[in-house]
Amino acid sequence: MADKTIASKVWAFFTSVKLAVALFALIALTSIIGTVIEQNALPEKNVKLFAKLFGTANAETAYKTVSSLGLTDMYHSWWFTAMLVCFCANLTICSIDRLPRIKRVVDEPLKPLDISEFDKYGIKKELTINGDIETAKAAALTAIKKLGMTAEAADHTTQFYAHKGRYTRYAVYVIHLSIVLILLGAFFGATFGFTGFLSLPEGETSAVAYTRQGDEHPLGFSIRCDSFTVSFYGTSDMPKDYASWLSIIEDGKTVLKKSIGVNSPLKYKGYTFYQSGYGVVREKDAKSLIILNVTPKGGKSEQISLAVGESFKIPGTDIAGTVSAFSPALAFDKNDQPYTYTENMNNPAVYVEFTSEEKGKYSGWIAKRYPQTWKLPDGSAVELVDNWGYQYTGLQVRKDPGVWVVYAGCLFMAIGLYCAFFLSHKKIWVLLKPEKTKVQVKVAAFTNKNKTGYESVINSVFDRLAR
Amino acid sequence: MGSPILFGIAEVGYFVAMMVYIGYFIFKGKAVGVAATVVAVAAFLSQTAALLFRWLESYGMGIGRAPLTNLYESLIFFVWCLMLGYLIIEFKYKNRTFGAFVTPLAGLALGFIDLTGISKEIEPLVPALQSNWLLAHVTMSFISYSAFGLAFATGMLYLVLSTEKRTEPSYIFWTVAGSVFFILLAAMGADFLKFKVIGTSPETIKSYLFRATFRGGGPAALLSFIASAAVIFSVWRYGHVLKRMLSSFGMTLDFLEDINYKVVAVGFPIFTLGGLIFGAIWADQAWGVYWSWDPKETWSLITWLVYAFYLHARYLRGWRGNKIAVLSSIGFITVIFTYLGVNMFLSGLHSYGES
Repeated sequence: MADKTIASKVWAFFTSVKLAVALFALIALTSIIGTVIEQNALPEKNVKLFAKLFGTANAETAYKTVSSLGLTDMYHSWWFTAMLVCFCANLTICSIDRLPRIKRVVDEPLKPLDISEFDKYGIKKELTINGDIETAKAAALTAIKKLGMTAEAADHTTQFYAHKGRYTRYAVYVIHLSIVLILLGAFFGATFGFTGFLSLPEGETSAVAYTRQGDEHPLGFSIRCDSFTVSFYGTSDMPKDYASWLSIIEDGKTVLKKSIGVNSPLKYKGYTFYQSGYGVVREKDAKSLIILNVTPKGGKSEQISLAVGESFKIPGTDIAGTVSAFSPALAFDKNDQPYTYTENMNNPAVYVEFTSEEKGKYSGWIAKRYPQTWKLPDGSAVELVDNWGYQYTGLQVRKDPGVWVVYAGCLFMAIGLYCAFFLSHKKIWVLLKPEKTKVQVKVAAFTNKNKTGYESVINSVFDRLAR
Repeated sequence: MGSPILFGIAEVGYFVAMMVYIGYFIFKGKAVGVAATVVAVAAFLSQTAALLFRWLESYGMGIGRAPLTNLYESLIFFVWCLMLGYLIIEFKYKNRTFGAFVTPLAGLALGFIDLTGISKEIEPLVPALQSNWLLAHVTMSFISYSAFGLAFATGMLYLVLSTEKRTEPSYIFWTVAGSVFFILLAAMGADFLKFKVIGTSPETIKSYLFRATFRGGGPAALLSFIASAAVIFSVWRYGHVLKRMLSSFGMTLDFLEDINYKVVAVGFPIFTLGGLIFGAIWADQAWGVYWSWDPKETWSLITWLVYAFYLHARYLRGWRGNKIAVLSSIGFITVIFTYLGVNMFLSGLHSYGES
């Protein structure tokens, strides 16, 4: 007996509107804090913010207090999660609590109205149709059909009635269910999923990804970055696209090759790899290779890979070239002096010294984005294709078994919203009273939403009958 | 020829329309009302053409994208949606009165563009924005913002008409909120006069916003705050004059409440679907997280909670009248913060709108 009262007390607590209001307000207000204090940021950033707000002297203390309350990662703190769980429980229990009442309204059979009841409805109309009762009946039926409903006839009176859209009354519960689904999916994904990252230099293979804390997370397969490129808009340094060519390797065999870009990730065995960044490999080892596309005058192109300091020959000629320097981003200043303007590979270039028996020695920069630098005096061309191994691709790695639940929730929400806001439960009654040469018509109607809209539709349909 | 000129025409047009609507509101001449509508429609058409031209121009530049991708373009689109929504209501309900309350919102947005010096260039898209979700997400977000803006205007009007005593909380709410909007508009007007008309714009500052007043330093700032307090006080003291003027237009409280609810009922589902759900799906594809609690997302959620509260208070508790009007106004204030405040004060993944 005691159990029951506790259970019913808990039930009553979760059905209370006060709890709902309190949770709405709490979630909204605490969320604001999280947008002011930068989340998961380096401590210095927030200390700087507090120094602005409370003065330099108090900044350290303020930061310590705030981080001990979990406010620097508040959306994942136990108390924020607890609020979301309460919100979920509140939403579910409130919905279950109200469902029987709504079911009664939905299942209630439509009955003919007593004449006196016709005046009680918010939407009502009276008109006369010239002709006998049969003409009037046909007209009334057409009118109801035009409203998109199927009419039923009353037994004893000349009355027709109809309704439609009664199930739309459940729409709001579909929305509630969708929110619960989304939260469940998120919880499921956070518990059984994985979010991390992986920085993979060109040519390297990894069997693990890393958590935000830097811990290794085995993938169960290996992933290799075959190549990475950034393309730019025209001659500007505004990136147009980042792309990585990835291979998935299992048991020493390449099982999948795919290029990914921003907005188009790679999916394999539950893991998704997103293009999220890129950078320069700091410890420049010997693996870095310069790839040149060499075309002798009137001859066929040939691709050559070599390291800085190595030499190559232009096929079919006596010209030999030695790559003596590399710049990731070459530009020329006002005096035509070359300089490197960024560490990123915005315009890679190599300095090549050529020797030829006929033409002597000459040298110069060959830059990837300056086609005018590719031509040699003898008419052959050397194009810089890439400096392979210089960059790494930054991948966001995620495994989220809950994402489909979240998507299902989104779909339910879209359907629910449409039904809840743009459809309604409509009822109509039409009573015919024959007189000598005409028929008196009384109309009453009801809708649970957008009364004025329904009224104007009814007016336009029935005004046509009167004519 | 081209979009900048047409945008200029639209901008001037909206300011003129604002003046004429306010003139109509004060003097009530039928001809003045028609003139206001004509100017507003002309400005709207010019803006529509400008948007299309800008779209075309981007193809000419080899970028080819909808004009919806930075702060400038989104503000322009917001104004466009707002005016479209307003004109629909004006034609449907044959009532011009609240033009005097909607056009200032449009003016506020356009003034903000000019004074903050945000870039008007057609720039190519960074990779994260190159997605088909862009159009759906941004369009629907701004349609809903505009709907919420209309709800704000009707909500404020409702409060003006419905409140009686100066001590009523609702009365205090509308006088303070209304004055703050008026002050912001006036401060922008002052900036505009000082830096654009008289033309002493120092090259060194990019944003002129409130430089003539609150951010002007020294006596100018002090004077501005005193003047603001005076404005708030006098609006509070003489608010009933506005009420008397309004009530002669035969706008009923039921009409305002009906419109207020209708626009929220359109805005809320569009915001949920386009703003939150489409945004989440897109983020899932581009960033690998459908929800990352970045400031913009969080503020959208707060906005969503406010309007969800509005709907539940109305359906379940049967809230009507002042309370609902206040809620819809608070909702729009959170919308403004989600949209501009986050970009100005907080950082995050959605920082494309900066500069």
